[in-house]
Amino acid sequence: MAEGNIAIDVRNAVKRFGAVTALAGASLTIRDNEFFTLLGPSGCGKTTLLRLIAGFEEITEGEILLYGEDIGALPPNRRPINTVFQHYALFPHMTVAENVAFGMRRLRWSKADIEDQTGRILDLVKLGDLAARRPAQLSGGQQQRVALARAMAPGPKVLLLDEPLSALDLKLRQAMRIELKQIQKETGITFVFVTHDQEEALTMSDRIAVMSAGEIRQVGTPREIYEAPVDRFVADFIGETNVLDVTVHRGPEGVWTCRLPGGAAFPCQTGRPPQDGAAAHVLIRPERLSLVSEAACENGMTGVIDQAVYLGTDIQYGVRLDGGPALLVRAQNAGESAEPFRPGDRVGLAIAPGAARLLID
Amino acid sequence: MRHRINIRRYPGFLPVTILCLVVLYAPLLVVMVYSFNDSLSITRWGGFSFRWYMDIFTGPESAKFKDAAWNSLTIALSAAVASTIIATAAAVAMVRGGAFRGKALNLALISMPIMVPEIVTAVATLVFFSAIGFTLGYLSILVAHIVFCIPFAYLPIAARLQGIDGSYEEAAQDLYASRFQAFLRVLMPLMAPGILAGFLLAFIISLDDFIITNFIKGAGIETLPTAIFGAVKQGIKPNIMALSTLMLSVSIIIVTLSYFISRYGRPGTKAEA
Ligand SMILES: Nc1ncnc2c1ncn2[C@@H]1O[C@H](COP(=O)(O)OP(=O)(O)O)[C@@H](O)[C@H]1O
Ligand SMILES: [Mg+2]
Repeated sequence: MAEGNIAIDVRNAVKRFGAVTALAGASLTIRDNEFFTLLGPSGCGKTTLLRLIAGFEEITEGEILLYGEDIGALPPNRRPINTVFQHYALFPHMTVAENVAFGMRRLRWSKADIEDQTGRILDLVKLGDLAARRPAQLSGGQQQRVALARAMAPGPKVLLLDEPLSALDLKLRQAMRIELKQIQKETGITFVFVTHDQEEALTMSDRIAVMSAGEIRQVGTPREIYEAPVDRFVADFIGETNVLDVTVHRGPEGVWTCRLPGGAAFPCQTGRPPQDGAAAHVLIRPERLSLVSEAACENGMTGVIDQAVYLGTDIQYGVRLDGGPALLVRAQNAGESAEPFRPGDRVGLAIAPGAARLLID
Repeated sequence: MRHRINIRRYPGFLPVTILCLVVLYAPLLVVMVYSFNDSLSITRWGGFSFRWYMDIFTGPESAKFKDAAWNSLTIALSAAVASTIIATAAAVAMVRGGAFRGKALNLALISMPIMVPEIVTAVATLVFFSAIGFTLGYLSILVAHIVFCIPFAYLPIAARLQGIDGSYEEAAQDLYASRFQAFLRVLMPLMAPGILAGFLLAFIISLDDFIITNFIKGAGIETLPTAIFGAVKQGIKPNIMALSTLMLSVSIIIVTLSYFISRYGRPGTKAEA
């Protein structure tokens, strides 16, 4: 991806609430027009970081720049940034149109401009015919759209969204993911999106920052985060994964080989060269493993199928390796007749090229 | 399941209840009924009439009552307005101001007048007014009423504010409203039922205050309660019963209003999930 202008630059942000450190020195850069996601478990400091950007909390240490300008001293109403609140916080005593117009009125837009923009934005979120309703007369999904419309109407440079889909049911949530992403593309507004749902993050984002305990563990595209997690936390948090204890050995031509305690060995990828013979962890995603007959197994990873779980599109097998760990294997569901493996069968495992990644902890 | 106690099964529940109701309401009932008595006697029924109601407005004491009623109404109205404004400001500071030094002490001071025996407040206020040379009269009554009405206005306002999620004000500020605009355009309308309930409560508390008013009113000015007290000292005439019944009606109407207003609009105080 091309490096665009930097919209938000968070430099070593620390936020303490008394004895609680909510953010322990977070740094990241968010680019112009980017759909950027803060992803992490509950309590890791996502909301705190968002509130620092919005101006609702005062930063303890560090600084936040908006297009190169330090906004630390500006109150929320002086920052060209708008927020979609987790529970929407729609003004209950105003109609949908009044809610949407609120920000533009405060900015002293002309009456005609406000009317135009309100109509345009309500059409964008497909709420054109509900303008006269009160929030209490709307469904959860509609309220969500009003909150989005209200925040986008004044044309902010950056839109902050704190788990905006978490209150919706699954079907609606999935539909809104696509729609939100589309709206972001159409409007070109920089989105900073907070979620604890890794699937949401992977499907919507241009880039993701994975957070844990007030720190940023990794920033990257969904593919980078999923396929090349930098540490065990990120690997575990994003999707299902197998983490194996191995020793690494330098092979010919700079190829590294992992050896399992049981003796099986296979090549692995690594960003940073480890020490020869060192103990390490290796990561293999379940869908990059496949079941083969024991005789056809080349790397020595043989074992017994513990269980097979039917997942609809996939079937997930649990395989216990001989003299070693248990692994998850995900295979596409090709129909009952095409399913040669049953629990109790002896099998071998094949690893897709490049699928085994060494983790540096 | 929680075990629910059926209070009606307790021995003695029924007689005690009846006794309380009788002691509380029988005198009120008697006053109301005899205010329509077409007789000078306050104990013998002489037929139904509005005679004593006419007497309040046209009888020999009507001028006195009119002055007293005017004083009572204007004082109650001004005291309610002033104490509601102060109580609203206090509530915003206490509920939204975060933790500040002396917060607990502040709350104690605000609600003190509810706890302190009224006679003590009355004496203390009188002593204080005399000490600073404040002329007793309309203004001294008004000042005292404003002060002791504050806690009564404060309670429903603070209760309402506590139920309003802080994210509404944040949303307003996020949408370019200054702190004051956020208060005026978002918080105030959401607090309105609490503010109105507080106002009505303060109004009624001021309207029927007797003890403090009697101490600090000075000579030559009466409010309705002190006027009624003065008239009763010369013997109870049925017109007092008519006047009391009128005041009771006003109180009941306002308290009922206040109750329903403070309950109004509960949904919507929290952000809807
Ligand atoms: N106002 C506050 N006062 C005290 N602690 C807070 C406050 N806000 C957040 N925290 C703490 O900071 C940490 C991060 O919270 P938060 O940013 O809300 O996490 P997330 O949004 O990722 O779930 C938590 O441990 C939380 O308890
Ligand atoms: Mg949060």
